[in-house]
Amino acid sequence: MNYTQPPMGLIAELTHRCPLQCAYCSNPIALDPPLGELTTADWMRVLDQAAALGILQVHFSGGEPMARADLVQLVAHASSAGLYTNIITSGVLLSDAAMSDLLHARIDHIQLSFQDALLAEGDRFGGYRGGHARKLEAARRIREAGLPLTANFVVHRQNVGRVEAMIALGEALQAERIEIAHVQYYGWALLNRSALLPSREQLEATNKVVTTARTRLAGRIAIDYVVPDYYAARPKACMGGWGKRFINISPSGKALPCHAAETLTDLAFPSVRDMSLKDIWTDSEAFRRFRGTEWMPAPCRSCDRREIDWGGCRCQALALAGDATATDPACAQSPDHALMAEAVAAAVDAPLDLVPRRMRRVADA
Amino acid sequence: MIGESRVPRFRRGVRFRYDQIRRAWVLLAPEKLYMPDEVAVEILKLVDGERSIALIADDLASRFDAPRELIVRDTAAALEDLSLRGALEL
Ligand code: SF4
Ligand code: SF4
Repeated sequence: MNYTQPPMGLIAELTHRCPLQCAYCSNPIALDPPLGELTTADWMRVLDQAAALGILQVHFSGGEPMARADLVQLVAHASSAGLYTNIITSGVLLSDAAMSDLLHARIDHIQLSFQDALLAEGDRFGGYRGGHARKLEAARRIREAGLPLTANFVVHRQNVGRVEAMIALGEALQAERIEIAHVQYYGWALLNRSALLPSREQLEATNKVVTTARTRLAGRIAIDYVVPDYYAARPKACMGGWGKRFINISPSGKALPCHAAETLTDLAFPSVRDMSLKDIWTDSEAFRRFRGTEWMPAPCRSCDRREIDWGGCRCQALALAGDATATDPACAQSPDHALMAEAVAAAVDAPLDLVPRRMRRVADA
Repeated sequence: MIGESRVPRFRRGVRFRYDQIRRAWVLLAPEKLYMPDEVAVEILKLVDGERSIALIADDLASRFDAPRELIVRDTAAALEDLSLRGALEL
């Protein structure tokens, strides 16, 4: 069967540069160097192809998308092509001038990430002094511009006790959506897993806080909640299924079914420099490899959830079980499921030291 | 059930538009995307921030063969669902 539904969303990772150094960043350990980044003309071509292919929303992310000098130009280009435009930002570069330029470019929505509810802790986890205060300013600018605001809080064992305060901060900032997202263990986050993974008690306490807040805020502020896979019995539908809803473009132009896919070194990912998005989506081996259910191993193949979670995440299967074609170890039916409990156990007394995300890793002395 | 006098409006950052490629109406919201079913599409086309649920139901009742009471109920339920998901204000 060759017919494929058009993709819904484009994740445009404009750059891996970022003024922050979050140890839970899901970017790859080997970050794309600035010199290899796509040009403005490349991105404009990709955005046109995306709209023609049926993509509806574009999410400008990174790294820090605002570190690209042409962000405003790209947002304007995307919105004139009819795409819904979203920026996922740390906010530290969102000055008054930048906000007004983005507004003129007809930005639809901004997601602003916070590292904590507390200033000192936020600055510590982001590795950027003064960052938290700048984020508060950014939130104010977004609201004054009349744009909807999503306040995103990434939680882990070192800040998860403050989820209530995070939700309160989101409310105070008049966010329309609050995201409480447990760290997802890819890239730098996987490297730092033992210092970040919450305990089961922490997770359960957080679940309660979120449930209570959701009831209290219903109809006013929507709370999205993302749990860690490590205590789950079933995996997440990674990206809504491989090659099913999203195309992720890396800063250097690789088209990926998921932002961590470059860890699957056996697959050759096409570049938007050489191939059109349409050909990438419909014909490339990389997007077809795990699309649908035919590639599935037992127990997924005969499971009635196979079109719900699509067998989970390929990158997690490779990273934890050593086999990208295996059932995601997050699934209780995976033969490798014990690895999740082992990771949890290993984190219990592990030191809390974090390796900050940096362009080039400092060589061990 | 929410009252008939409520006036639904799309929240900021929400766009309801026709997609030529899928030949379908889509509801685009911050980091969310909905493909409303045929009934919801007819309701959403009447959401303009001025009409109340009652007026929307009147319009639908004049065009569709169903008791008004049922239409009010379905309309309110569909709009309330989207309001809980953050796409609409009621
Ligand atoms: S997670 Fe932190 S370091 Fe990574 S891109 Fe976002 S703000 Fe930058
Ligand atoms: S066996 Fe496979 S399809 Fe079934 S729940 Fe587990 S991961 Fe999903």
